[in-house]
This record gives sequence, C-alpha cells and structure tokens, in this order.
Amino acid sequence: MSKRFFPDTMPPPMADATTLPWWQAAAEHRLVVQECTACGHTRLPPSPICPECRSDAADWREVTGQGEVYTYTLVHRPIAAGQDLPYAIVVIALQGAGGVRIISNLVDVEPGELKIGLPVELVWEDMSEDLAIPRFRPQHESGTGAESGRSGTKP
Amino acid sequence: MSSARAQIVGVGESAYSRWGKIGDVTEHALACQAISRAVEDAGLSMDDVDGLASFAEDRNEAIFLAAELGLPALRFGNMVWMPGGGGGCAAVSNAAMAVETGQAEVVVVYRSLCQGQFFRFGTGGVSADAPGEPPVPSLQQANSLLLASMGFAMPYGLLMAAAAYALPTRRHMHLYGTTSEQLGMLAVTFREHASRNPRAVMGGRPLTLEDHQASPMIADPHRLFDCCLESDGACAVVVTTPERARDLAKPPVEILASEQGAPKGYGFGPFTNANIADGLYATGGCEEMANRLWAKAGLGPGDVDVAQLYDHFTGCVLMQLEDYGFCPRGEGGAFIESGALAWRGGSLPTNTHGGSLSEAYIHGLNHVVEGVRSLRGESTSPVEDAEVCLVTSAACVPSSALVLGRK
Repeated sequence: MSKRFFPDTMPPPMADATTLPWWQAAAEHRLVVQECTACGHTRLPPSPICPECRSDAADWREVTGQGEVYTYTLVHRPIAAGQDLPYAIVVIALQGAGGVRIISNLVDVEPGELKIGLPVELVWEDMSEDLAIPRFRPQHESGTGAESGRSGTKP
Repeated sequence: MSSARAQIVGVGESAYSRWGKIGDVTEHALACQAISRAVEDAGLSMDDVDGLASFAEDRNEAIFLAAELGLPALRFGNMVWMPGGGGGCAAVSNAAMAVETGQAEVVVVYRSLCQGQFFRFGTGGVSADAPGEPPVPSLQQANSLLLASMGFAMPYGLLMAAAAYALPTRRHMHLYGTTSEQLGMLAVTFREHASRNPRAVMGGRPLTLEDHQASPMIADPHRLFDCCLESDGACAVVVTTPERARDLAKPPVEILASEQGAPKGYGFGPFTNANIADGLYATGGCEEMANRLWAKAGLGPGDVDVAQLYDHFTGCVLMQLEDYGFCPRGEGGAFIESGALAWRGGSLPTNTHGGSLSEAYIHGLNHVVEGVRSLRGESTSPVEDAEVCLVTSAACVPSSALVLGRK
C-alpha cells in the first residue's frame, strides 16, 4: 500500500493502559490476542479480567493473521475529506486465535469479490514510527481451490 | 394485583424538524417545552413534579432543568447507562420504580436533541468537508473506557451508526436470505403511517419500494431510506402512582412490565462486540430480555395489539421481530413481506407514528409517546380497541422495553 488507506485527518486510535500493549505489539507488526493464563480463553479488545473465569492473569499470544470474513459493510460516505469510496469494514474470524474476531478493513478487493467466508490475510499499514494498523486482503492462494473466483486479486 | 403499578399519565413534545433546523432555541429550552406540555397533558402542575429521568448522552442535566422549571424540590434525578437510544424505555422503568417505591410521586422522563447545535453523531468530530492540517498519525491517550474500546473500531472508519448496524444485518442476510426489498417494505410501511401524522417530519413525503431501491447506498446493505432520520426536537412522558393517576385529565396507561438488558459481552453493540457468541451476532440481542419481559407481563407476543419498535435501521427492526417472538428466527423478512406491520390489515400494526424512520429521531422516546397515544385512542393511525402495546428502545446494542396496557 503506497497510498494511505485513510487520509491523515481521520481520528487517530486511542489507547489506555489496558490496551496499550496491543498497540505496542502492532507497532512491531505482531498481531496479538489476549490469552487468559488461568483458563486459556482468548479475547479482544484487551480487558483487565477474563470474562469467562474472572482471572486477571493474562498473556499476549501472537496469531498468524489468516482468517475469513465473518461479516462486512461497504461504506459509501466519507468521514474525512479526500477519502476513497467505498471502503470495506469487515469483521474477520481469525484462524488459530481461539475463535477471536477482529474489526478491520479489507484492502485490494473488488467490491463484487467481497463476501462472507472470503479467506483473508493480514497486511500492516505503517502510520508513523510507533503506530501500525492491521488491515486485511484476500489470500493470494486459495488453498483448496474451492474458492477459485478471485484470480483477479492483486497484492 | 395491578394496583401498585406505575402509570403514564401525560405525553408531550416540541415541534419536530430535520437535523440542524432548530438554531434559535436551545436544546434545554426545547426540553422545558416538551416537559411543560406533557405535564399539562396530564392535567398536573409543574408544582406536582418531583422527579426527572433521562438516559445516556443527555446533555440536559436534570439539576439545571429542575431549576429552570421551578420544581419545588427534585427528589429523584436519574440517568440510565445504556448507549444512545437504548435507555428510553429503561428511563421510564426507573421512573416507575421511583414512584412505586415512594422515592418520588410524579417523574417526567425527557429527551431533547438538537444535534446541529453540538456535533453530529457518527462523525467522531471530523468534518468531511473541511480538510484540516493533517497531523502525523500517532497513538493518543484514551481518557475514557469508551474511547479505549473504540480504539478497535475508529482506525477502521467504524464511526457511523449506519456502518456499525450494517454488520449484523449483512450477516442476517447471509444466514437467512433476507433481502433489501424486505427491508425496504418496512421503511415504506412506516412512511405510510407517517402520512397521517402531522408531527412527522416526513409526513408529506410518500415513499415507494422503487424509491427505496433507488436511494443512495450509505453503508451496504443500508440505503438512505433504511436509515432513521436525524432530527431536532424534544418529547416527554409523565409517570406517577396509580392513586395520583385516578383523577387526572387523560385515561392512564399502565406499565405492565419493563426490562433492560445487554447480553454477555455486548458492550457498545457492533462498534465493540465483534466477539459476542456466534448465535447472538445476527440478532437484535433482545431475545433473553424479551423472554423476561413476557414472563413478567404474563403475556406473549400474540397478545400485542400494536407495537412501537425502535427503528434506527430497518434491519434492526427485522431482528427485533424475531427476538420478541413475533416470528421464528430467520423469518423476519417474510413476516415483513406479509404486510404484518401495516396499520391497514396488518396483524401487528407497528410504528403507527412513522417511527424514527419517518416521524422523528428523538432517541426513541417518541415511541413511548406514541405507545401511550395508541392505547388512549389518540394515534393518527389508531388501532381499534388496542389494549396491549409493546415499546422497545434500540436493538443490536444494549436496550430496554416496556409492555404498556390500557386501564
């Protein structure tokens, strides 16, 4: 991505002490989920206590960033001036992350190609020295070949 | 048995207009107007009022309104922790609890919205028209739990409600084959109801399914006419004890049951709840609450004569129809298509005022107002002999609901 996905006038992400480690990992291009060290439940966004076992002991587990589109919307109205439209907001069900889903954007995708179940992979957008934002794009190889209708996808 | 239950005895509102049209009157002055009219409608005096209640994001603090209105004493000032419109029915419920437990005798629930005087919802304070000095994007300190949570939505442009609520609706379409035309029929039905309502902002603007299908896409699958209005206006309802309600100006409406609720992990709805249970995602999140509500009322969906369902977006109404048991899960589209929601000939006349899609967007408190009118026989789309009305506040986000009954 040579051009920024959003103009720089978009509101910047905000973090508190609970969510800051997630953003620090992101700046190093590591996509992590929070994992309860007591019961193993994984969660996102980060939170102080495990909602399943209520333990406050947690670790950060890096995930591959492979996943599939769980749901989506194509937004046709700008938030910031000069924004490319439409843009895709997606919920991604992450693979190997204990069922965790993440809200993000889908890049390098034709509007007609976007559908629930589309296999995707992580791509980082560097915003500044200490800020990187994870977005997703269609997977380059469809693995099983069952989803072969995406040959036009470009990196 | 029902004699202890709180009653709604007065309703009132200011004029409603499009977003940003009210600039010469302050939002709190509009609140005072709506409260005064509701108190007058009840046949009460402001000297009788000893409680004020509202819900999340209200800028008009009860302590100042009490001073402006000259209340002899504010015994009960209350806010509900539910985002946006989700707390409308809950605010009425809190007012009812206050009068039923003797904390206050006459509580007015109010909402006033003049977004044009403040900021527009869903913009995050950014203006798409005015390019500012682009700062170097960097991580900022979140000074609230809301902003820290929104840190996982805002960087992706997830700020507009139309985009957030599109997410569960799109999944519902995927799972059950729900169509844009079915959503459109709902908008057309509510607009037809608004055509008889002189208060309705869109009352003079007929809508056809073709108009809906031709309307611009906002956030797929939401077209323009799938989205509620943005309005300026205020409304209020007066809640009191059954004893006090007995000799007032209008027939009282009884609060048969009230519930509020957010399922596990629900947070701020689709802005922050991507990780709720899979079986909950393509729903309005109201099913458990609805079951509690029906049990408490000793009634079921089949007993409802008229419904006023919170309609921020068409898909959220569709999912509510399933949550509250008016049709099986996944069949909301077919239910709408059958004409069930229509005032003329429908089995469940819904949003007889036109709803937020066509009357006005006053965070759904106008649905409570219409619920009262529909049981008094004062609705402009009256349902003959209606005895039970369901009113809901929001869906797909923490929400609340009331079952109202005619005395």
